[in-house]
Amino acid sequence: MSTRSLFVAVFALSAALVLAQAPNLGKPASPADIAAWDLNILPDGTGLPAGSGTAADGARVYGTKCAGCHGPEGKGGTAAKLVGGEPVKNMSSEKTIAGFWPYSTTLFDYIRRAMPFQQPRSLSNEEVYSLTAYILSQNKLIGQSDAMNAQTLPKVKMPNRDGFIVRFPERTP
Amino acid sequence: MNPMDRARRELETLPAAAGNGLLHRRALLRHGAALAGAVLGYSVTPLAFAQQLTEDSWSRGPGTVVPEAGLRSRFERDVVRTLSNPKGEPRTQHARTPHHLVNGTFTPNSMHFVISHAGDPDIDPDQHRLLIHGLVKQPLVFSLDALARYPMVSRMAFVECGGNSAPLFSPQPIQATAQALHGLVSCSEWTGVLLSTLLDEAGIDPRAKWIVAEGGDAPHLSRSVPLSKALDDAMIALYQNGERVMPSNGYPMRLLLPGWEGNMNIKWLRRIQLTESPGMTFYESRTYSQVLPNGKAYQFYFLQEVKSFITHPSPGLAMKGPGFYEISGIAYSGNGRIAKVMVSADGGKTWTQAALQEPVHSKAFTRFRAPWRWDGGPAVLQSRAWDEAGFSQPTRAQLVAARGQTDGVPPVTAFPSQHYNAIASWSVAPNGEVKHVYA
Repeated sequence: MSTRSLFVAVFALSAALVLAQAPNLGKPASPADIAAWDLNILPDGTGLPAGSGTAADGARVYGTKCAGCHGPEGKGGTAAKLVGGEPVKNMSSEKTIAGFWPYSTTLFDYIRRAMPFQQPRSLSNEEVYSLTAYILSQNKLIGQSDAMNAQTLPKVKMPNRDGFIVRFPERTP
Repeated sequence: MNPMDRARRELETLPAAAGNGLLHRRALLRHGAALAGAVLGYSVTPLAFAQQLTEDSWSRGPGTVVPEAGLRSRFERDVVRTLSNPKGEPRTQHARTPHHLVNGTFTPNSMHFVISHAGDPDIDPDQHRLLIHGLVKQPLVFSLDALARYPMVSRMAFVECGGNSAPLFSPQPIQATAQALHGLVSCSEWTGVLLSTLLDEAGIDPRAKWIVAEGGDAPHLSRSVPLSKALDDAMIALYQNGERVMPSNGYPMRLLLPGWEGNMNIKWLRRIQLTESPGMTFYESRTYSQVLPNGKAYQFYFLQEVKSFITHPSPGLAMKGPGFYEISGIAYSGNGRIAKVMVSADGGKTWTQAALQEPVHSKAFTRFRAPWRWDGGPAVLQSRAWDEAGFSQPTRAQLVAARGQTDGVPPVTAFPSQHYNAIASWSVAPNGEVKHVYA
């Protein structure tokens, strides 16, 4: 056995020992166990649940659950403006959905995990789809009667989609 | 001449190492204890005799009952974090570390900075679970009891909000303390389980390139992290300076990504999903993407780059007459160890090297110190740090040329942009007042 292969063998053995020393106390989880926490939506639509919603449905949900903080039509409230906004020019620009956000899927993901502020996770998937449709429609990024669902939402291209530069490409896969 | 007077005279005649009274970093050590005693006088004018010493009231009888959990002296009640949202209105809360009122190289747990986007959850540790799933061979759930049986590591690490020092994007210097300007960074000894240990147990699918980490707080805050960082030095931190992680800092467990943007160090950690691509979550695609002067925005900044600032003296700490002072501050870099800190007392015209407190830990606070003989005239104090990767702090002019500044003067609590790490400057006026300036 060469020195190198001896080294490889010893290394493999010690790696195996380290693994053997780990207590292995994680409990296997089934898809059903995970379902309630499985919240991530990726830009390609991975993770989007069944269901669908339109701006008309969304307007009703918005009026009762969102307008109190975000204003009657997505602006003028104490919380972030949701409707309107210019393309960003510099750091003094407002980062609005229409003017800055690169992905439509982020809207669904964020509403579902974090909103309403006082009662996150209280909305049904249908309500989240319809609110997403309402906000996109108010921003004229989709048509007034376009339904948002797992197929249509990832296809909505946001105006600032290509407005980003990866800061450290060598660190970013 | 008595030894004290001799030491004082020696101090007054020490050669300067840089302009405006900066002394060599080892000047005081070289001249021994008598000199150090003289320095504590903080004055070059002859000292008045000390008052006659007597037995104080607290020395003439037993003290109070020792508390179960230690409390600070009642004379230190003003040493507190400042709160941006003390009534808990439905928006983000910030608590800033009083860097000008603490010292050393780690931050006391009660003083660690906090950003909480919807308050601190009141998590029952027995009910809390950590789920690892997605592109793994076997999704796994860990309880805190289970994690407590894993091999642990301890390390010093700073955590800094990507928006720390954002008031310095203002076109005019905002007058505020080091706490208000730079208070969203703190440093602790963190103890926990390396994330790589748990990912090994779950079995990483070769397609995985990212993890998406999520908290159990109300906004279920989530951030995407390259798998390479997760396997490098990421930790599931269970302890902070020896006690369980504080509720505001992620109790009962947080993700620690040494040297990386604070917001990515997910608090109240409950879930890690391995994915092929990033989630483009709200906080990474919107909030922590910073807009540049050409209208494009940096995405995935990750790193907290090399930085330093002087904490003593600093705004809010008035100088008490000419004489000897120790300039002291903190330096840190997400790239590794601090290699060198230079200090100037004349607004950057001349510099001398500061002494670094040993041991110098990677990705952690390093305290720097430089002896200074203030002649009572105007001075501008600056510090500039270099890290072991060779990076150094830019001047403010360089940083603004690349990143821009705000149009008007923003509120001191605003976050117009992120990742400000330029040289900071304090002016000292003849009356002893210390102010924030651009120099």
